[in-house]
Amino acid sequence: MSAFQLLNGLTYAALLFVVASGFTLIFGLLRIVNLAHGALYLLGGYIGFAIATRTGSFALGGLGAMAAIAAIGLVLDQGLLRFVGDNELRQVLLTLGFAFVLDDMALVIWGGDSFTVPIPQMLKGGMRVFGVYYPTYRLFVLATGVVVFAGLWLLLNHTRLGALIRAGVDDAEMVEASGVNIRRVFLVTFLLGSALAGLGGLMGGAFLSLYPSADAEILVFSLAIVIIGGRGSLVGVGVGSLLVGLLNTLGQVMFPELAYFVIFGPMALLLAFRPLGLFGKATAA
Amino acid sequence: MDRRQFLKSSTALAAVAGAAAMPWRRVRAQTGPIKIGLLTPLTGVVASGGKEMVEGVQFYLESVNYQIAGRKVELVIEDDASNPDTALQKARRLVEQGNCQMLIGDLLANTGLAVANYVKGTGTPYFIPIIAADDLTQRHRIRNVIRVAGYSASAFTHPFGDWCLKQGYKKIATISQDYTFGHEQCGGLAQVFTEGGGQIVQQFWHPLNTADFSPYLGQLADLKVDAIFAMETGADATRFIQQYASFGLKGKTPLLGSMNATDQSVIRTLGEECDGIVSAAHFAEGSDNPVTRKFVKEYEAKYGKIPSLYGFSMYSGIMWVAQALEKIGGKVEDRDAFIDAVLKTELVGSPLGKTVKLDAYGNPIYDVQIRKTVKRADGKYWNVPVTSYPGVSQFWKYDPETYMKQPPYSRTFQGIKKA
Repeated sequence: MSAFQLLNGLTYAALLFVVASGFTLIFGLLRIVNLAHGALYLLGGYIGFAIATRTGSFALGGLGAMAAIAAIGLVLDQGLLRFVGDNELRQVLLTLGFAFVLDDMALVIWGGDSFTVPIPQMLKGGMRVFGVYYPTYRLFVLATGVVVFAGLWLLLNHTRLGALIRAGVDDAEMVEASGVNIRRVFLVTFLLGSALAGLGGLMGGAFLSLYPSADAEILVFSLAIVIIGGRGSLVGVGVGSLLVGLLNTLGQVMFPELAYFVIFGPMALLLAFRPLGLFGKATAA
Repeated sequence: MDRRQFLKSSTALAAVAGAAAMPWRRVRAQTGPIKIGLLTPLTGVVASGGKEMVEGVQFYLESVNYQIAGRKVELVIEDDASNPDTALQKARRLVEQGNCQMLIGDLLANTGLAVANYVKGTGTPYFIPIIAADDLTQRHRIRNVIRVAGYSASAFTHPFGDWCLKQGYKKIATISQDYTFGHEQCGGLAQVFTEGGGQIVQQFWHPLNTADFSPYLGQLADLKVDAIFAMETGADATRFIQQYASFGLKGKTPLLGSMNATDQSVIRTLGEECDGIVSAAHFAEGSDNPVTRKFVKEYEAKYGKIPSLYGFSMYSGIMWVAQALEKIGGKVEDRDAFIDAVLKTELVGSPLGKTVKLDAYGNPIYDVQIRKTVKRADGKYWNVPVTSYPGVSQFWKYDPETYMKQPPYSRTFQGIKKA
């Protein structure tokens, strides 16, 4: 595979990582099957697009998208999900319905035209890396993916909050008994996961564009990544994103007719031998 | 009595019964409104196009005050949800419960084919200004399915292939969405271009809704071709054009597009990355023909955007039907006469600024414009005609009978002449 195609795979993987890491916080750690994650991604993109075009600032668009999607996550978690408890089937139905509502609202507000988030001048154009001319913006996406990975890794492994999240996932009652408000910890995790979807929407919206049904595509990829990597494992999401991103590129280059099969075929095979994914752990419950 | 025999005789019986009932229906109908069923995707992947289809129809009907041939027009709009099953179900509802005398619309080929199959049985006139599947007006023609103001997919790419030869292009690569509409458009170009001595170096087929085009762009950049033809619709088109520019191919290799790739529905959200793309179509919103100018200006004033293929086609399609109805005094109940009238009507005063008529297969004969996207004075992009091919048949310069003996264009048959 040439350096060029390798970069394509890596940059796409970086975007997938940002979205899927948010998904794994919610689906993997909190055990909430949040099928609205794709819709949060798309809506984040639209909101980021609206802010970025009005203010002319990409960074402001990113912050706005993250804040707005975190707020919607708050409504979803506290206003709706709270009432269905741990029943996974109800979570699926509720979040799927919520996704439809968000999609239709986006359709009413922005119409169905496809939009591209404007990128700042300094990220426009291309530069030479490894001897190939490559768009600067996509390299920026790659860098952001790495930064998000490092940030989440530090957060989960080297902060009190991270320790609480991990402890809460393993045994919520015990953590609560030691005087910690575990519901609040989980809520923060949910908001963080949502905000990452919003950030992904803005970043993806600048090179993959925003259009109805973009949500379903990204959701399917996120699911594949989390399942391949193993629920709740950050390293797993990283490896899963790389695999899906690179396989997607490889598939499009070598077997364009089978582009999707190249991703989901190996996934099925992997699950046959490692049902918990590459880095998944069996849970006590 | 086998099934076919049964169908035949029962159809005949129904026809007799229908004819017997006719006098009563005619009397009643003259007082009632003309009911038009509009099928359009208001939800699903192509919802924005669907919305513009409604605008196009309403824009025309409002201009005639919802009156055709002295009769009131009632427009019933149904959402086909970009889904063939829903389209079929809604078509049934419009015809069987809504008593619509005709259907018009649908955007995606699979929805259109589902409805076409249905009206094949009922005989309901069904007009398809957007559905472009070649065979609906070629190998599998249905008399009551008429492409008023529409086009068959390969009709514009035939002359486009010829234009490419005239530019001196020797080698072209194509990239296209992997479905019939793409196969047909690429096939038209590939056949004419290779028969004239050109070479199709490589053809890429990618799934609909490809988020990331970079793998293809990398390969396209390595090909050393004179031009690249992109057959893309909707969001794929937006992304392709934008990524083509960001990977630095724009300015190096000329980009040619199918008409839908540079349609207003795509380029209205784009900037300079769409500048200079050449495409072939019947309609060019940037034409300086006074009738086109007037239409675009009024449409823009009303809906706040330059009309797309969807708005334009539906406007002209319903106008065509209305002109036919005027000729037969609004007697929409007499189906045969109505269909005949539509087939014989020559469309005048449409935004094309030219009279258009149908060929013997129910497909319009257009002057095909070779268009280029350029920036308008106010900074918006639109398609301006550079040159034109007058009176182009869907069979190009081939004899229709011979042409239809070759297989329909598909991934495996692109009409490419072996060098």
